[in-house]
Amino acid sequence: METMNIACDQLRSANSKELHVLAVDDSNIDRKVIERLLKVSSFKVTVVDSGSRALQYLGLEDDKNSAQFDDLKVNLIMTDYSMPGMTGFELLKKIKNSSTLREIPVVIMSSENILTRIDRCLEEGAEDYLLKPVKLSDVRRLKDSILKSEGDDEFRQIESQKRKRNDDRSPQKPTPKLARL
Amino acid sequence: MERNQMHRQIANTRKSFFDQGYLDEQFIQLEELQDNSNPNFVEEVVTLFYRDSARFLHNLDQALEKRPLDFNKLDSLMHQFKGSSSSIGAKKVKTECTNFRAYCNAQNAEGCKRTYQQVKREYTTLKKKLEAYFQMSRQVGPIEMACRPR
Repeated sequence: METMNIACDQLRSANSKELHVLAVDDSNIDRKVIERLLKVSSFKVTVVDSGSRALQYLGLEDDKNSAQFDDLKVNLIMTDYSMPGMTGFELLKKIKNSSTLREIPVVIMSSENILTRIDRCLEEGAEDYLLKPVKLSDVRRLKDSILKSEGDDEFRQIESQKRKRNDDRSPQKPTPKLARL
Repeated sequence: MERNQMHRQIANTRKSFFDQGYLDEQFIQLEELQDNSNPNFVEEVVTLFYRDSARFLHNLDQALEKRPLDFNKLDSLMHQFKGSSSSIGAKKVKTECTNFRAYCNAQNAEGCKRTYQQVKREYTTLKKKLEAYFQMSRQVGPIEMACRPR
């Protein structure tokens, strides 16, 4: 009974813990708006102005895995598509090709409703493709989807830890979830 | 009484922006993001827009001076400006930006220059209207203040 309660507490705290979003956009207006949209929706937010800065933040460029630290752990990346230098699509590819970062869901934001572009992004592993300007309802929908994935992953982790209680524990790697559009 | 009249005037002005097509739902979305912790959010975003726009328009002015016109560059610059306009809900400005980009795609120099004047006209009109609107709003303060005894 007691272990059941602890498991439930862990699950509850996983869901009430603030999700951390890394938002990437070269437009300072869009950065300001997305930051506010996310904060109002109770996300923790980090905003950067380019793909290369995003990779620096994620620790990819330095070859260090800063995502290890719980505080800095990024639960979602939202990136503009059209950016000078590295596009959002290129950033998406780099993240999905990284063994340390590929589990992080990536959402593309774009003002252009181009089906071939949308298809390409989804095929490359994007979680979703949002048309700009992004709305509160988009962010809420996204949050529900991410929370569900996180919740399911946490639940599976807790269940597997319960099973391995008497053995040496090795953390289970959560299976990647492909959310529907 | 006077304060209520001012509030009514502000509300009517705001309504006219939507009725006359100057602003769209995105502006309302920005208003929904404003609260006691961020009481000036909308004005802050719009001010950022003026600052960015000055830069975009300057770059467009320069690009339109070049001979021959670089339509790709013009399109790219206007794409950015259109994005900003869209982010604050500047409906008429956005429409003119779309027209401009259509002329770019058609490599129509005269069309580009003509619609560019339209873009600037709509931008200037909206800027004046919004500046007056925010100034009025600041004068009355938040609606709750009107009821609070001093």
